[in-house]
Amino acid sequence: MDVRFVNPFLEATVEVIQTMAFIEPVAGKPFLKGDNVAQGDISGIIGITGSTTGSVALSFSESCIVKIVSNMLGEEITSLNGEIKDAVGELTNMVSGGARRRLEQEGFNLKAAIPTVVYGKSHCIAHVLGGPSIIIPFKTDYGSFVADVCLGG
Amino acid sequence: MDRNMKFLVVDDFGTMRKVIRNLLKQLGYENIVEAEDGAMALKTLKSQHLDFIICDWNMPNMSGYELLKEVKSDNSLKDIPFLMVTAEALQENVVEAVKAGVDGYIVKPFTAKVLSEKIDKIFAN
Repeated sequence: MDVRFVNPFLEATVEVIQTMAFIEPVAGKPFLKGDNVAQGDISGIIGITGSTTGSVALSFSESCIVKIVSNMLGEEITSLNGEIKDAVGELTNMVSGGARRRLEQEGFNLKAAIPTVVYGKSHCIAHVLGGPSIIIPFKTDYGSFVADVCLGG
Repeated sequence: MDRNMKFLVVDDFGTMRKVIRNLLKQLGYENIVEAEDGAMALKTLKSQHLDFIICDWNMPNMSGYELLKEVKSDNSLKDIPFLMVTAEALQENVVEAVKAGVDGYIVKPFTAKVLSEKIDKIFAN
């Protein structure tokens, strides 16, 4: 995978979580992931087409996404409910949009599909290209989450 | 700015409608109705008076762009300010929206301050 894809997704993820949830995620060192098991308890996955093809997922631990969505909506949420599933889809959409906007400036022309949301312990992330993917890990005061990027080229 | 303005917030994601509603409330706007796609928005626009439309671009049934074209081609609706919300700002989409008569464009994620500036700019123009 082209390493130029990492920074746009990293920057877009930080921007979206900061702006929407007022939480500062700290990015760790990206690493290669060979299997399709999700790193979190709930994931949003979005397909990407255009200058390159593939998919990107955001995968959150339960404690982390509960706090993120509580902050987004200004109300306390205590467990994975319908609003959280909806919000994970929207956050995935926003991160994809932010990254594509950055990549457009580097000459890429990318379109995205409608995101889907999967949840449950050890659920699978079915990337369009099958893998391997690059994991960009993030830590917050409320738990961890990852951006799971699998793009060709 | 008239804080009694009636807003129509159109987005297929319920959480995003709630986020925008909360941002508008922070800005002092309390008069807000919602629709979850363009078709439902059009129905709402034809049944009640609204002062401002905040609409997502990418929605099933009728997209924000399709709704924009419907609104701007309808003499009874065309003067309602239309702020397009999107997760991206691809050049070709911006050009299409401007050609269709969009009054403003805002990229998600955004803060209450940015939303306020966009609303003010639309009325200033």
